[in-house]
This record gives sequence, structure tokens and C-alpha cells, in this order.
Amino acid sequence: MLKVSVPLSQRVYELLSSMRFAVSLLTLLGIASIIGTVLKQNEPYQNYIVKFGQFWFELFETLGLLDVYHSAWFLVILLFLVISTTLCVIRNSPVMLKEWKTYKEHVTEKSLRLFSHQASLAVNQPAAATQARLADFLSAERYMFKSRQQDNGDVLISAKLGTHQRLGYIFTHAAIVVICFGGLLDGNLPFKVQELSGIKKIETRDIPSRKVPEESRLGANNLSFRANMTLPEGERDNVAFVRVRDGYLVQELPFTVALRDFRIEHYPTGMPKSFESDITITDPELSKPIEATVRVNHPYIYKGIAIYQSDFQDGGSQLKFKLWDLSGSQDGFDVDGVVMQKGALGEGDHKMTVEFNEFRQFNILNLSIDGKGKPHNVGPNTTLKLRNASGQAREYINYMQPLQLDGRAYFVSGMRETVQEEFKYLRIPADDEMEITGFMALRQTLRNDQSIRQIASEIAKQMPGDNAPLKAQFEQSLQQLMQTFKRGGYSELSKIIESAVPEAQRDQAAQTYLKLLNTTAMQAYQMSRAQRHLPPAPQDQATAVFIQDSLNAMNDLFFYGTPYYFQLKDYTLKQASGFQLTRSPGQFWVYLGSVMLVLGIFAMFYIRERRVWILIKPVRQEVLLAMSSNRKNMDLDQDFARMQQQLTTLLQTGQAD
Amino acid sequence: MNTSAPWSKPASFWQTLSAFDWLYAVLLLAGGIFSYQRYAGYMDIYEVGFLFGAVGVFSYLGWRWSGIARLVLGVAVLSLIGVYTYHGDLANGSQSFLLKFLLSSQSAVMWMNVLFVLAMLTYWLALFQKSAFTAKVATALTWTATLFGFVGLMVRWYESYLIAPDIGHIPISNLYEVFILFCLITALLYLHYEQLFNTRQLGGFVLVVINAAVGFILWYTFDRHANEIQPLVPALQSYWMKIHVPANFIGYGSFSLAAMVAGAYLLVRHNILASRLPALHVLDDLMYKAIAIGFAFFTIATILGAMWAAEAWGGYWSWDPKETWALIVWLNYAAWLHLRLMKGLRGTVLAWWALVGLLVTTFAFLGVNMFLSGLHSYGTL
Repeated sequence: MLKVSVPLSQRVYELLSSMRFAVSLLTLLGIASIIGTVLKQNEPYQNYIVKFGQFWFELFETLGLLDVYHSAWFLVILLFLVISTTLCVIRNSPVMLKEWKTYKEHVTEKSLRLFSHQASLAVNQPAAATQARLADFLSAERYMFKSRQQDNGDVLISAKLGTHQRLGYIFTHAAIVVICFGGLLDGNLPFKVQELSGIKKIETRDIPSRKVPEESRLGANNLSFRANMTLPEGERDNVAFVRVRDGYLVQELPFTVALRDFRIEHYPTGMPKSFESDITITDPELSKPIEATVRVNHPYIYKGIAIYQSDFQDGGSQLKFKLWDLSGSQDGFDVDGVVMQKGALGEGDHKMTVEFNEFRQFNILNLSIDGKGKPHNVGPNTTLKLRNASGQAREYINYMQPLQLDGRAYFVSGMRETVQEEFKYLRIPADDEMEITGFMALRQTLRNDQSIRQIASEIAKQMPGDNAPLKAQFEQSLQQLMQTFKRGGYSELSKIIESAVPEAQRDQAAQTYLKLLNTTAMQAYQMSRAQRHLPPAPQDQATAVFIQDSLNAMNDLFFYGTPYYFQLKDYTLKQASGFQLTRSPGQFWVYLGSVMLVLGIFAMFYIRERRVWILIKPVRQEVLLAMSSNRKNMDLDQDFARMQQQLTTLLQTGQAD
Repeated sequence: MNTSAPWSKPASFWQTLSAFDWLYAVLLLAGGIFSYQRYAGYMDIYEVGFLFGAVGVFSYLGWRWSGIARLVLGVAVLSLIGVYTYHGDLANGSQSFLLKFLLSSQSAVMWMNVLFVLAMLTYWLALFQKSAFTAKVATALTWTATLFGFVGLMVRWYESYLIAPDIGHIPISNLYEVFILFCLITALLYLHYEQLFNTRQLGGFVLVVINAAVGFILWYTFDRHANEIQPLVPALQSYWMKIHVPANFIGYGSFSLAAMVAGAYLLVRHNILASRLPALHVLDDLMYKAIAIGFAFFTIATILGAMWAAEAWGGYWSWDPKETWALIVWLNYAAWLHLRLMKGLRGTVLAWWALVGLLVTTFAFLGVNMFLSGLHSYGTL
């Protein structure tokens, strides 16, 4: 055998344009895409470090797994897909176009007789009449055909139907290239190149946008971008931000956007119904500013830049708090705060900063016991951070109105020490006037040494009998009980029990202690009410539950982390609207490619290519019918059977007149 | 020359239409015009386009397949009765006998569920009895289930407006509603192939996947009370939903159908039920046709989704998990079709692939909502 050596370039070309390679790429692309859906993309880097640890974070970062779809290797796969598809089109299009045009008139009788779908039919008419009838028949069946007289006197009719299917191939494959081209136009490749060559650099510092240096700014003439802008009501800006990895770039805009008003509408259920921003666009090129309303699904487009309603947040609402100093015994005092600003508390070693991070006017929660009830709006909440002198911070989320939990009303405050944790909630029972004051007054009374003595003596007095020493002893232990609870809550009590009571009797002792504690708290509550000139609380189940909840809350306060409770009393809302601004020159190409893709797919699946050859052999009074298709399937069998039957009838009918 | 051709000359399309076909189309058009006159205020220009587009599409479908025409008329009559019986008051849903037990969306959907279960059992019975009559009963049950399912959706559409005009919306906006849509589309696709291939033997297989969806609907209804109508979040308030979602479910439905046929193919390959099921080449052809139509519509759905995303999220492609998984499903079937059409691969490998394809599709449809978070967070469990 003679071995022909194929040049390398030829072999590479063969490989790249091969189907095997294309299908492998499709599979590879699929797998690569999965990675990006499993690992959350483009999170703040800190989150990855906390979740996976430094080692894995660095590995993921190096491999580009934190932003798979913009990583170099992913782009390389896409690039290969484009190359492969392009070569595929280049390689096969000439064949397809030839197939599209040709009638294949040069088949021989011998090869026709080898077709899987062929039949020999008898004919009893002159050749010319047969030919005329077949021509009528084929036209009626919408075939295009050519007839050719052969040297031996036979006539070969070559017909074709549905060869447009071949164009479907070219359309679908060209569509992929066009779509990828459009995607590339809108991708971040130009920035990547500029970053690699050192012209551009991402900014990671938290500084005002005008102070961001030139190397981290993108000009207003940037062809393609997707940037974000947050505007508080009444403010304006002419830059937007593009988030890149753990930093950002400043995108300059060829106009200024001002937010006049931001509105949220709600359904009766409390679900948001619409987000709308009234904006004003000013541009030196405009004689007067444009006023427009942007809402979800309805962007506004100016100068090729589409402005979308994307999200909203607080834009610096004013908050009024009642601040309860839990370490002291005085009543709460008024404190003001502004969202996104800071304040200072305490003095010396106890000095703390408070950061008012967020305010949400509407909170839709499902508070039903089994979780099956309807979610509803539970009113405003605010998120704040209390940072001590050494910089450690705890985050608190406080609801303004009492929430209904298990059928009772509580002031709820969540606390967590790190962002990754879930909030742990403190529940302070609301009193009969739905205020926090009842609890606070009770707590102060129960922690005041003078009141403790008074309470103990009152309860001891009510003890039946007149055994004075026993009463004195009882009074003493009540005082101790209250002091213990004041010192450290339930855990302090259980310590006492563990040290003083034999194991067998501990349960019983604990129950007795708790019962007594409840009794003292009840007494304290009535005292606190008397001091506030309120009638005594009724001796009923509701009061008992309130007392028990209050004791629980006092106990939980030992784990609250700070001696301050910020009770939100009032607010003046100021919202900020989040916009996305995009310029996307590739969109036209992507849509064009999409249209081509759909047309191509329908052409490929639903236009059936058929080729029919009818060889009229006058000498043998025979007609040879053969049919083929580029796809061998059941439809071909059926079509052939139908045509064979039709032609049999056609050719057997009596002489034409 | 003799004037009449001796073979059956193919008539032009318009000539094939019967008086019934014309009557049907005129009724549809009248319905379209009536709806337009009455509800134009609720529709934007695109939605008006969809309304009359639907008149055209369903006329054509009804002409080509008389079963659809009968279904459309049946759905119209029952839905109108249901709507009429409400008298504009939602409270009638639990008071009027007709609504409470038959035509309120909740009852109609329950009838659909029951009938799909019965249809599956009857198909399997027919398969073992080898009884043509029993199989016909199963087909009738499937049609009836489909009828009730569509009536349920139609009446639900009306009910949503009864809750409050600004809450009203087309019932394809959450998992509960699209599961019903999935059952209906899959059933219709199956009925189409049942007629095209003249075989009722696959009903038992296809109804397995439909009944899996029915099971989900029941669990979702009784355990999660998901059947309650919820208003639309702002992102979903768009005419795009009306075309994106149905196109997607034609895709999902076809892929599920193909997977069930692939299951039958593998059984026949291993000589299980081989005497009772269609021949291998028939199953193979059916599987291809289902995947082809699914692929075409899935492509359209993904493109429509991209166009919607460009309008709602500010970019036609954000690599959101749902988008990415749609791409993965698309790539999967693109590879399948390449191997089949270009390489001419047939048989067991492709059948297994179609079966595994269902897992990929199911993950894209459900798994993404359950396990991954992203922009498409409308249908959480």
C-alpha cells in the first residue's frame, strides 16, 4: 500500500472542522458552564475566604472559577467553538450549495437499480405521453425537475423537492458564529487586553468617584458596558460603576441623570407591585432636559444607553430611636440617626460607634406557626452595627412594630457577630398597650436593690402562719434568688442549684426556684405599674405569660452583646434607586443570529429533501422509479410507497386521448 | 386530454378546508374580536398581536388536526359557562354547585389530575389486554383530562381578575401553574404522535411522566397550598411571559415525551414487552421527531427569554443559573441531533442519551429553582 503523508496543517484543519471536535466542544462547554452555576459567581472575595478558606479561595481565583464566564480559558473554549463552526461552514457550504442547486442528472441506470427505494413499473403508453403525464404529476407535487434524453433513447427525469433544507445547515451554523460575534462585542475582552497591558487597573479603595484615577476610568465613548448607578432621591450623577472581581471601574456617562422621585407600590398582600423612578436627563446637547419614568421591564434609552430600574435601597432616611441603656436603670432617651452614617455612644473604655446601615420600610414575612399562612407586611426595620473601641462589631436588626409570634406580640431584635451567621433573635414581650415600656419598667424594678428587698418582704409577708424566723429566712432566700438572676440569668441560677442541691432533687428545686422567680417578677411588675400610676395587672393567664416572656427576655439579654437597645420610634423615608446602564452594540448581532438560528432549525427539521429519478425506457415499456433523501427514515418509506402507488395508477390508465 | 388526473392530485391547502373548518375559524375570530372589544384596555400592542396571532395559530392547528378544533371549542364552551356562573363574584366559586364540583379552576384541575391517573391505568390495561377498545377509552380519557386542564387554566385566569383587577394575570407565572401547562402540552404532543403513528401503545409510558407532574401538583396543592393565586412581582409583568413560558414548555414537554419513548425503546431492545410495543424503527423515529420539535421550540424559548432579559435585567445574557442551564440543555440536545443527523447514529446510545437528557432537563426546570439561586427565583419550592 502506498502511504500518502498528509501535511500537518491539513490534519489540523480536518480535526478542527470535524464533527467529533464540534460535539466534544459542545460537551466541554456544557460542563464548564455547570461549574459556574454550582459555585456562586462574583461574590465579594471575603465570602469565599470565609466559606472555603484561604487555600481553596486562592486556587479558585487562579483557575478563574470565581468568574468562570469571563475567564480566559472559558473564552478560549468559546473561541474554539467559533473556529470549529466557522471551518465547518467553510468546509461544508460549497457541498451544501451544490446539493441545493443540482438535479443530479448523471446517475446511471445501474446505480438507480441499486437504490433502496426503487421500483420498476410497467407502462402501456407512448414515451412522449408518459413523459407529459409525469411532468404534470411532478409539477402538481411541487417537484422541480429536468428531463434528459439519453443516448440509448431513454429519458431520465431528475426531480428534487425541499432542497432548501440545505440552506438550513448554513443558516444554523452561521447563526452560531454571528451570535458569538455579538457576544464578543459585548464582552469584556477590550478591558482584559488593556488590563494585561497595564493601561487599565481596577480600583479597590472605597473613595469618591471623582477621586478615582484615570487608569480606573472608562470614557463615555466606551463602546460596550454594563454599569450600575445608585441615586438617592433628589441627587444627580454622571458616572456609573462596573464591578470587576473585588473592585470596580468608573464608567463616565455622556449625560447626567437625576432622580426626582422613587416609588414602590404594593399589592394588598404587601407584595411589591411596581418600582418606578422619575428621572431627569441633562445633556449640554439638549435644549431642555428629558423627563422620563423608568420601571421594571420598561427601560429608557438615550444616546444608545439603556437605563434600567434594577434595585432600590435606602438613600439616607432619618431615623428616630429611643435608646435604652440596659446597664443603667434610667428610662430610654431619644437619639437620631441617618442611614449610612455613624454616631458615637458612651465614654472612655465603653465608647462605641453605631453605624446605621439600612432601613426597610416594608418587610414581608411569613410568621404563621406552621409556615403555611400568608406572608404579610410586618412594618419597618433597621439594621445597625455597634462597634466597640477595639473595632469588633455586632450587627443588629430591629423591627419597629411588635411582631405577632405564636399569637403573642414581641419587639424583635436580631443579633449576629459575623455576616455569615444567621441572626439570633431577642423577643421582648409587648405590654398591654403594645409598648416596650412595661417590660423595661419591670426589668428595672427587678434589678433595683431597694425594690428587691421590698419585693422579698412583701411576698414573705403573704406567707401563711406566723413563724417569724421562717419568714425572715424565706425573705432572705427570695432576695438571693433575685440577686442571682440579676447577676446572670437562668444559667447563674442553675449553677447555684448544682452546687447546693443533691442531684436527685435538682429538677424539683429548679421548678421551685422558677416558680418563686415568677412570683417575685409578678410582684415587681405590679410595683412598677403602681409607680407609673397604672392599675394593677389582672391576675390572669395573659399576665402570667407576659411575666414568663419577660424573664426569658431578661435572661436572653445576657447574650445580646451590648448594653444598648435601639428602639425605632419614627422615621422620614429617603430612598435611593439602583439603575443599570448598558450600551450593547452586540445585541443587534445576537438577535440577527437568533433569527437565522430559528429559520435554520425549522428548515433543517421541517423541510424534507426528496430526490426522485424516473427513467422512461420506451423499448422495454418500463419506467424505473427511484427515490432518495439525505435522511433515511420512516417518512421516506411512506413517501416512496405513496409515489409508487400513484405512478402505478397513472401509468396503467388507458391511452390518453 | 382527459381533464381529471388519474392520481389524487394534491389539492391546494385552502381547498382542503371543510365547512366546519371555516365555521371554526370564524368562531375563533369572533372570539378574538369580542375579547379585543371588551379587554383592549388591559392589553398593550404586543398583547393585541398575541390575541390575533393566537386566533391564526389555533385556526391553523384546528384545520390540520381536528382534535384541536374540538378541544378549543370544548374549552371555550366550558370556560364561558364557568365564567358566566361566577356572575362576577369570587364567592360563587364555593357556593354554586357547578363551580364547586366541576368548573372552578381548582375543581377542573382536580378533574384533570384524576383523569390523567385513570388514563394511565387504562393505557397500561390496554397494553396487557392488547385491547383496541380499552386503548380508545384511554385516549378519550386523556383528551378529557386535557380539556379539564385547559378549562382550569382559563377559569383561573378569570378568577385572578376577580380577586382584584390589578392582580389578574395569565396563569403561567408560578410552578403550580406551569406544572399544569406541562401536563397539558405533553399530553397534546403525545396525542398528536398517537394519531400520526397510529399507535396507542405508548400512552402508558408517556402518562408516567405526566402523572409524575400530577403527583407534584397534588403535593404542591395540599402540602403547600400553592394553588392560591398570587399577584405578579414587577419583573414578571411583561407581555414576554405570554410567549416565553409556553414555548419553553413545548420544549420541556417534547423532551420528556422523547425520554419516555426512549424508555420504551430500551425495553423493546431487551425484549421486554416487545410484542406489545411498536417496532424499534417506529420508536426511533418518534423519539427523533419529539426531540426535533422540542429543540426548535426550546431554541425559540431561550431566544425569547434573552430578549425579555434584555428588557428586564439590562442584558440579553447574564449567565444566571437558569440561563446557563437552558444553554446546557440546548447543548445537550444539539449534540444529540448532530450525532443522529450528521453521523447517522441510531439506537441504544441515543435512547439512553434521551433518557439522561430528561434528568438534565428536569434539573434545568426544577433543580435550578431548588438548589441554585439567581434572577429566576419565581418558582421556589
